[in-house]
Amino acid sequence: MFGARGTGDTSGYGGLVRTAASTGSSERPYGSYFDEVADDLERAYPLFSEAIERIVVDRGELTMHVKREKLVEVSKILRDSLKFEMCMGVSGVNYPADSGRELHAVYPLLSLTYNRRIRLEVSVPDSDPHIPSVVEVWAGNNWHERETFDMFGIIFDGHPGLTRILMPDDWQGHPQRKDYALGGIPVEYKGATTPPPNERRSYK
Amino acid sequence: MTTFDPYAPSRDTTEGTVYSVTGGDWDSLVQEIGSTKEERVVVNMGPQHPSTHGVLRLVLELEGETVTEARAGIGYLHTGIEKNMEYRSWTQGTTFVTRMDYLAPLFNETAYCLAVEKLLGITQDVPERASVIRVMMMELNRISSHMVALGTGALELGAISPMFFAFRERETVLDIFEMISGLRMNMAYVRPGGVQQDLPAGAIPKIRDAVKLMRKNFKDNTTLLVGNSIWMKRTQGIGYLDLAGCTTLGITGPVLRSTGLPWDLRKMQPYCGYEDYNFDVITADTCDVYGRFLIRMNELEQSLRIIEQALDKLENLEGAPVMVADKKIAWPAQLAMGGDGLGNSLNHIREIMGTSMESLIHHFKLVTEGFHVPAGQVYAAIESPRGELAAHVVSDGGTKPYRMHFREPSFNNLQATSAMSEGGMVADIIGAVASIDPVMGGVDR
Repeated sequence: MFGARGTGDTSGYGGLVRTAASTGSSERPYGSYFDEVADDLERAYPLFSEAIERIVVDRGELTMHVKREKLVEVSKILRDSLKFEMCMGVSGVNYPADSGRELHAVYPLLSLTYNRRIRLEVSVPDSDPHIPSVVEVWAGNNWHERETFDMFGIIFDGHPGLTRILMPDDWQGHPQRKDYALGGIPVEYKGATTPPPNERRSYK
Repeated sequence: MTTFDPYAPSRDTTEGTVYSVTGGDWDSLVQEIGSTKEERVVVNMGPQHPSTHGVLRLVLELEGETVTEARAGIGYLHTGIEKNMEYRSWTQGTTFVTRMDYLAPLFNETAYCLAVEKLLGITQDVPERASVIRVMMMELNRISSHMVALGTGALELGAISPMFFAFRERETVLDIFEMISGLRMNMAYVRPGGVQQDLPAGAIPKIRDAVKLMRKNFKDNTTLLVGNSIWMKRTQGIGYLDLAGCTTLGITGPVLRSTGLPWDLRKMQPYCGYEDYNFDVITADTCDVYGRFLIRMNELEQSLRIIEQALDKLENLEGAPVMVADKKIAWPAQLAMGGDGLGNSLNHIREIMGTSMESLIHHFKLVTEGFHVPAGQVYAAIESPRGELAAHVVSDGGTKPYRMHFREPSFNNLQATSAMSEGGMVADIIGAVASIDPVMGGVDR
């Protein structure tokens, strides 16, 4: 009922094992306006099948996995031909178990003209964390890319000034990666000691 | 070399002379700067400055009084909320997100909970009464947030009285929040699956009275500011940003609506049942600080309209549940007011301690371990007082978020500072930043 699997150890002290959830590609029809978006992009962009690795429709949202080399091209066509005028930023996700694609960058796009939303996802290996910057397409992604660089160490090539934005300039490491410990100190209150959050019991 | 001044020491660097100003030493500083041939002055404004809306740092390059370059420095209030949430259960997440944008806590909570509900696939199962309460609380919150924007905005431009009126109205709203959730700010009231508890007895008439009072009182600030020649001169034509600038910079909220585009997620992509309410999207076509403040003033009345409709709905939904029926998600505690404040109801304690072992196990597991959320990622966006507030949530199927990211409107919109203020006068930066209405807690998270 509560998700105990394997050993049945529900004490919570087994340590937190986190694995990446990889969803397969979705089949057509995607439903809603998603088929139209995919068709329009295919028509406007001849290299569609080469650039788009897979299309996932999950919980009423469309995600296009784009090869990083083609990201800027695809972005320009999405902005100019498909009228996705706004990019709502970029959010990094770290999947250490997904070897060769450890770092993901997720770009939510919004079309004011058609009132639609889609999402682009780019994945890169930890050993080569480079993604071309889309600041020339959507200037508002400037700070978002700086934040994702700061937190995940993804290097956005072509960014006008890729520096840390939230952490101090001389900070070591990228805090929101999974291998970066949360840290913290034990807190004593009325004789009892509470360990820092990453040393407390955790359930999977 | 100049003589040593303990209050305004200066030192020569490769970049030129650097002056440290500590206050009360303006005369000697102006004298020194006036004696140099350099026209270009770089001023560091903030992060501790009364006119920057919190710990915002602005680096301004000035030629005389004209701003040639403005850069915003942020990160002084970074608290690692996104990282911390990866180590807490889904329910505990609300306690964190409510502290991001501290002027709009209910919006943070609702965006987060809508995302979690989408991941759980229970969006349709959230009881109607819970959604109506969310809408009512959010609109009250919009009023209190806009009040701070108007009050501090006017204060930063030199007007003190609007601040008094604005905070008087804000208190009315915060009193309602305290009556309903027990807290004035950071309530963690909206929870995945519904809201923490139902409205207390007698809440609806009290809110109706407050709505009447606010509708009367809002006029005070309007008459004080609109038409006031000083305020008009400080705001009209200042901080210009047109539609093209807004779209490329990803600007939403009142700043986008000040370009004439009626983009409001409550109308365009309704959530929490906003499609069932009658209200207008307020726009202006001035693209300036004045238009943005006017939009905020007029949105107050629209919020009151929504609250009144929500109250009508609540009267018809008396006694309906405020949390999903699924006991594997709904928080097991049944709260009640005890002699020592809010706590678990005696009936609930009697049940888990005295009659049902299974209830006790269930309570214990759900509270310590939390519920599992199926793997996947979602993006849930709502219209906060500052623009599109969205939660990008990734779950790996566990009892804690795998990754939380908030698309904060303040963070994004603050990028417009340069576009709005470069080429203008240094004093107009204050108005431009105030019209963006950034909340640093949300910017830095």
